[in-house]
Amino acid sequence: MKVLVYAESTEGKFKKSSYETILYASKLAKKVSGETIAVSIGNVSDEQLNTLGKYGANKVLKVSEDRLNSFDSKAYSKVIAELAKSEGANIIVLSHNYNGKAIAPRLSVKLDAGLVSGAVELPNTDGSFKVKKGVFSGKAFAHYEIKSENKIISLMPNSIALEENNVTAEIVQSNIDLSDQDFGVQVKEVKKSSGKIPLTEAELVVSGGRGLKGPENWGMVEELAEVLGAGTASSRPVADMGWRPHEEHVGQTGTAIRPNLYIAIGISGAIQHLAGVNGSKTIVVINKDPEAPFFKAADYGIVGDAFEVVPKLTEAIKELKAS
Amino acid sequence: MKILVCISQVPDTTTKIAFTDNNTKFETNGVQFIVNPYDEWYALVRALEIKEAQGGTVTVINVGPASYEQTIRKALAIGADEAVRIDAEPSDAYYVAKQIANYAEKETFDIILTGKETIDYNGSVIGGMIAELLNMSYVSMASKLDMNGEVATFEREIEGGKEIVETKVPFVASAQKGMAEQRIPNMRGIMQARTKPLKVEAPIDVSLHTAVVSYELPAPKGDVKLVDADNVKELVDLLHNEAKVI
Ligand SMILES: Cc1cc2nc3c(=O)[nH]c(=O)nc-3n(C[C@H](O)[C@H](O)[C@H](O)COP(=O)(O)OP(=O)(O)OC[C@H]3O[C@@H](n4cnc5c(N)ncnc54)[C@H](O)[C@@H]3O)c2cc1C
Ligand SMILES: Nc1ncnc2c1ncn2[C@@H]1O[C@H](COP(=O)(O)O)[C@@H](O)[C@H]1O
Repeated sequence: MKVLVYAESTEGKFKKSSYETILYASKLAKKVSGETIAVSIGNVSDEQLNTLGKYGANKVLKVSEDRLNSFDSKAYSKVIAELAKSEGANIIVLSHNYNGKAIAPRLSVKLDAGLVSGAVELPNTDGSFKVKKGVFSGKAFAHYEIKSENKIISLMPNSIALEENNVTAEIVQSNIDLSDQDFGVQVKEVKKSSGKIPLTEAELVVSGGRGLKGPENWGMVEELAEVLGAGTASSRPVADMGWRPHEEHVGQTGTAIRPNLYIAIGISGAIQHLAGVNGSKTIVVINKDPEAPFFKAADYGIVGDAFEVVPKLTEAIKELKAS
Repeated sequence: MKILVCISQVPDTTTKIAFTDNNTKFETNGVQFIVNPYDEWYALVRALEIKEAQGGTVTVINVGPASYEQTIRKALAIGADEAVRIDAEPSDAYYVAKQIANYAEKETFDIILTGKETIDYNGSVIGGMIAELLNMSYVSMASKLDMNGEVATFEREIEGGKEIVETKVPFVASAQKGMAEQRIPNMRGIMQARTKPLKVEAPIDVSLHTAVVSYELPAPKGDVKLVDADNVKELVDLLHNEAKVI
């Protein structure tokens, strides 16, 4: 059985989530005694393409043409579906990230393939094919059986720890005929938030809530994030009041994240907030109220005033990094 | 503009999740159901704003059993003109998407909006499936939608930034925070909702691709380790040596 995996790149570089999906796909390929074929769309150097081998790709199909330099779910899903057919792959893996969420459902229809989105573990292939994913916004997990012959899995970012293999990938240029009808949208502009770590990819996240009193106090949050190399997040009221941009709000109605470390400062830990962060491996809570519900969901906690604790924490981490 | 908004019914956000029948069924006893927040707050409200600005109709559609009608009436109370319910259990995403696409094909809508995902099964897939079934453009995770005649301009979120995307009607898009502000239905809306049309249609036959075989609750967290506020260094030590995350 062949496993086809979409490796997404941005500005000529693969995303971390692409290495995660390649590694996941290659582990799955081992389980079903198959090989791992990666698809790269857009302009990517051979040197970059070679890095896919390190995470387990046996073969890399490279599709480059000018019209594919910006994202369009219609055209991208056509390319991936055509390659899956010509390679005879019946399992497809991609990331459950922003673009993955637009491609996976289209592929599911094109290939008449059962799709489980947001998988958190390798499938169980004993007997039937079962995939575990988070449901009820992180409050539970469900095991889905995929009954169809073709199968698609989108992997939740940060669900697999990266490790390098020693496979050398064969790189093959592939061409797919695309007509104007295969395109649906035009990307007019890409606005990068400069220098910031994308929240869904961040391994460490520092987050602030209403306890921080106002946007003018976020300097210490950003400083802590900077010494850690962490992304920044917030609770919903903070975004609603315009203290922080909407894309930083995490929780049930915001972004769901699964970092290795989540530091919550001045956040009470409402059930809707926890829903977006309870997949974090380690949770640290800093709150002046010992009764704050967040302490029940935390691994480590400090009962104290954020305005005193956070600068001290930043200093202590600086010392650790310097030692 | 003829606009279709897909709405789902989900457990209220404060629901404590439990399962029965040997962890194979979601316990609905005592659970309050609501319109999925993304569908209501963003997709539906933006659809109403577009209608208010340039005329047209807003239809809401739900695939669900008769017990969902109370939830559907809430969408009518907020301002949708009419509702359609496809009378079936929404057990599999592909099944649901096929039902909606089948209805939409007959009625030819200019705009089809969904929420970015349901807060119960967190799929984020139905909008994309509908787009593919109808061979339309799809813009996922849109945080802004502006219509200028037949041309739609979106802002959509991507890792570490935003994309400005343009397409023409007809299209499908999934909506998230940023697109509109939540509206609370008023008394007049609630009264009107009672008499607005709610059509019920029979489902078409579709074979299921996936099925949930069992559920699982996350392992309970151990007790929190508290560190004294005067001893922040100890926390750094624990994170470095015990949790090994920094
Ligand atoms: C349908 C629905 C969906 C929702 N979705 C989300 C969501 O996605 N994400 C989300 O975050 N919320 C969501 N909410 C809101 C949620 O219920 C809470 O209201 C919100 O999370 C509270 O934010 P907060 O913890 O920042 O503020 P508060 O609840 O006001 O908590 C502030 C905390 O700061 C502490 N504090 C105050 N001063 C200090 C200090 N000097 N030092 C240290 N600590 C201090 C206080 O003790 C308190 O615990 C949703 C609500 C609903 C109804
Ligand atoms: N049973 C349903 N009936 C109508 N629309 C639905 C249904 N389920 C999901 N949707 C729509 O599809 C969106 C994405 O759902 P999902 O792909 O299941 O996460 C939701 O936000 C709704 O807009």
